[in-house]
Parts: sequence; structure tokens; C-alpha cells
Amino acid sequence: MSGRGGRTITVDTLARVEGEGALYIKMAGDRVADVKLKIYEPPRLFEAFLRGRHFSEAPDITARICGICPIAYQMSAIHAIERALGIKIAPEVRLLRRLFYCGEWIESHALHVYMLHAPDFLGYADVIEMARDHREVVEKALRLKKIGNRIVQLVGGREIHPISAAVGGFHKTPSKRQLRELVSDLEWALEASLETVRFTSTLQFPDFEQDYEFVALRHPEEYPFCEGRLVSNRGVDIDAAEYEDCFTEFHVKHSNALHSMVRGRGSYLVGPLARFNLNFEKLPEVARKAALGVGLKPPVKNLFRSIVVRAVELVFACAEALRIIAEYEPPDAPRVESPNRTGVGQAITEAPRGILYHRYAIDEHGLIVTAKIVPPTSQNQKQIEDDLREYAAQLAAWPLEEATWKCEQAVRCYDPCISCATHFLKVVIERE
Amino acid sequence: MRPRNTRSDTGTSDMLIIGCGNLQRGDDGAGVIAAERLRSLGIAAEFCVGEASELIGAWSGADDVIVIDAVLTGVPVGTVHVWDSRHPLEYGKSSGSTHGLGVAEAIELARAINCLPERLRVYGIEGKSFEIGSGVSPEVERAVHEVVTRIAAEVKAGQ
Repeated sequence: MSGRGGRTITVDTLARVEGEGALYIKMAGDRVADVKLKIYEPPRLFEAFLRGRHFSEAPDITARICGICPIAYQMSAIHAIERALGIKIAPEVRLLRRLFYCGEWIESHALHVYMLHAPDFLGYADVIEMARDHREVVEKALRLKKIGNRIVQLVGGREIHPISAAVGGFHKTPSKRQLRELVSDLEWALEASLETVRFTSTLQFPDFEQDYEFVALRHPEEYPFCEGRLVSNRGVDIDAAEYEDCFTEFHVKHSNALHSMVRGRGSYLVGPLARFNLNFEKLPEVARKAALGVGLKPPVKNLFRSIVVRAVELVFACAEALRIIAEYEPPDAPRVESPNRTGVGQAITEAPRGILYHRYAIDEHGLIVTAKIVPPTSQNQKQIEDDLREYAAQLAAWPLEEATWKCEQAVRCYDPCISCATHFLKVVIERE
Repeated sequence: MRPRNTRSDTGTSDMLIIGCGNLQRGDDGAGVIAAERLRSLGIAAEFCVGEASELIGAWSGADDVIVIDAVLTGVPVGTVHVWDSRHPLEYGKSSGSTHGLGVAEAIELARAINCLPERLRVYGIEGKSFEIGSGVSPEVERAVHEVVTRIAAEVKAGQ
């Protein structure tokens, strides 16, 4: 669309993101006048939906928020409720939860790297077009994803969403023999992930580095999943209970979803780049070597290279799953009983696309009084707008259609799970 | 090996039925509700979120598949579409659910890599509301009943 000698780039839907999205960019010559990431669905409906429900229902209810990362929702909900009730879990359960999360990361990263993101770099409109020329690549992605899915099914039980994870542990835990059946597939997956690192490192990346505040969990001994302090490269170092003191959410006129920022500072980045940059030394040797072997070392500040970082995290998830299976002993009891008490608990876990914060207040009957959920895509929203402000300026001289396509690709780097933060979303870019 | 519905009329094949969707998102739950109803009638049916690679994995090895999903194409709510995968589906526009790559994309992707079941049909139930926390609309409820009746009759005729 053109107006008064200028022009508007409109991307009505953001394809290949979970849900639908829209981005509006207004250009005045080569200057970006405005960027708005518009979100239309109130993101907090699930919080209202949880109020008055028994805490034991929260893992199942929150798992339904997102089809791609149900485990992240379950894990954040369960850890927050366990903190509210003062529950200590068995070490074997803790290990099993890490394995559970490995499954989700393998599923989600394989999906994003190969089926959603790779077509952008290889010049295809989508994975279907890509599959006609690169059948073996798609087959590899499907096999990787299936292996992640097997882990999730075995640990979590599954109809549509995992059903076994519970406050205090699991309803049922797998046997050693069942887990060992995964080993040969995971050994293949580890090799395939190493190939994925090499493959993604050969892609061409736009020259786009930004000075991000990276925010991720940090654990003293492990690459983070469910535990650790929340840290940043600009001095954040807090417990999950302090999250709302350090980060704030605010409404913007153009979106129903809340934007997040570090209090007194501004936008921040969560997700693979943040985890990698803040926890590189905690990656297992095989993943570190794979990264260094393709010249990838922290700090990675180019968002487009997140595809390589996701591949490195695939290596980590496969190696970690193999380590856990080798060590695994079933717990004496699958879960510990929950005490009857009131409490407030907060937890942060690392969903594939970044930190996921949950807070619950529970009354004396075990009913949820208040619930708060801050999904990773919601936290990245302001950063997406800030990035697009810079990136669109670089594309000012590009033909409209190509600039639009490039901006859509930039948004895809975040692996935005719009359905976590919203349902329907639209994107518009305007040039004057 | 998951249970499937034996079909004598197709000789060697079993029918695999997959209901897709999210029960917490209004009409998006239509496919799942239909699969639940079929199970309650003693007919084997699987559940699936509806994400493309998950679906391709779910129907791997099957040669007669029915997928039930909510769709949003602009026709009156409650309309029941039946698509046959022998004809290309226009992907990217049909699914009203929140999965990035949905049922239509799964079919076209499977076609591209040569792993499409020999026979695959999609029962698409036209929805209108995909809001979090709401139930299915009355029109979709009636359409679910129609789809269940039709599939149950087909399974019964094949036994």
C-alpha cells in the first residue's frame, strides 16, 4: 500500500510461528518512525481460569496453553506450587524432570531449526517447498522430533498433553529398562544434532548484532532447565521470588498482551542466545566442542545465529538425556504427598524459547487464589520491537516485498510462541 | 502397537482415526471431542495436538487414516467438510487452531517426502470461536455428532 509518496509493507500473518502474529512497521524515508508488535487476544485468560481450581489441576490446565511446550508449563507450575507448599522432591524425580525437559527441547528445537527456520536461510517459502529438494533433511528432522516425543511420552504419559507430571513428582515413573530402550535412538540423535550444528553454521547470516541484555537461569553445575538463579549480563542475579521486583509488565495501546522490561532499564532477550551466552561453560564437552568447532562462542549477539545455538542445545539435550538414562534409578515412590497449607510460590524454568515465570497463591483448601504466568514470547515482545526498529532501517532501500519477507524472518528468529502469549496476531509495515 | 479399527473391505488395512485440537480453546476442541465420543462407542481413536510432524509420526505405517479437526474457512459454522488427500489441500488457510504447521501442511509435507498414507481423509468441522477457556459452540457440537455418526457407521460397515 502506498500513501503520499511513501509506502506500507503489510505482513498480514506471520507464518510459521505458533499461532498467528502481526507486526506493524512505519518507515519515513530510511528512518523507522514506529514499530508495533500487535497482539489481539488477552493473554491472561488462563490465569483467571486457574483461580478457584485445586493446585493439583494446575499442571494439566497449564499444559494446554501451548501445543509445542506443554512440559515447560507443567514444570513451571509444579515447581512454583512445590515452593508454595514447601515440598522437597526426591533426587531421582529431579533427574527425571530434566530428562522430561530434554524431550521437549529436542522436539521443539528440531521443529524450529529444520521445519520453521531453515527454509528462510535456504530460500524456500516453507518446509513443504524445501522438502521437495531436501527430503533427507526433513526426514532427519521428523526422526529427531519423534525421538524427543518418545521421551516425553515415556516420562510424561500422553494422550494429547502429558498427564503424568504432578506436584511432588510423577503419577508413574518409567523403569530403567524402558529408558534404556531410548539409548540407540538418542545416540543417533546426538550424531544428527552434531551434523545439525555443522549444517546450520554454513548458512548465510545477515550482519545484525545488537547489544542485548541477556536473561536466563544459571545453575552452579548444570546447563539450566528448572533450577538456578535468574541472571543477566548487566547485573541481574535474583531468586525467582524476586522476579516481579526486578521485572515489570506494562500495557501498550496496540497490544492486549503485556510487555516486559527490566525495571529502570528496558527490553531484554530470553531464549537460546541468552542461555548460551550466560551458561556456555556449563554445556557438556560434546556441545561446547561442537560450538567452538564452528566458531561459535559467547557472546553471540546476532539473533540470526540463534539457529546454530539451537542446534548446539539439541546436542546438549541429547547428551544430557543419555547421561540421565545411564544414571537413572527409579525413585522409591513416584511422588511425595502434598501438605495442607497455605502459601505463595514462584518458579522460573527454561522453556525452549526462554524463561517461563509462574506464581501461585494457595489457600488452606488447596485452591488457587491467584496465578500469574509470564511466557517467554511475552518477555521478548519489547525486544522484538526494538530489534525490528533497527533491522527495518537497514532494509530501507530494499524492494518492499523483500523487506517484508526479511522482517518476517527476523521475527521468526525468536521462535515466537504466539499461542503462549496470544492467539491471533497481525503484522503491518508502512513506508512514507 | 496402537489399536486400530479393522476394515474387512480394504483387505489388509486398518483404519486409524485421529482427533486433533485443544479442548481449552473453544471450537478447536471439536476433533478431540469427536475422538472421545468414538472411543466411548468402542471405536479406537487417537488424540493429537495437530502439529504437522506429530501427525506424520502418528499416521506412520497406517494406510487408511481419518483426521478430525476444527477448521476456519469462512463458511457457516458447523459445516462438515470432507477432504481427500488424493487432491492437494490449500495449506496455511484452513486450520483455525493454534499450531504453526497444521493438518493441511502435514498432508502436503507427507506428500512431498512420500509418506502419505494410501488413503487419508480429513473431516473438517467449521468453527467460529477459538477463545481460551470456552466450550465448543452449539453448531460445532451438532457437527461433532454428525461426524461421529458417519465415522461410526463406516467402521461398523467395515467390520
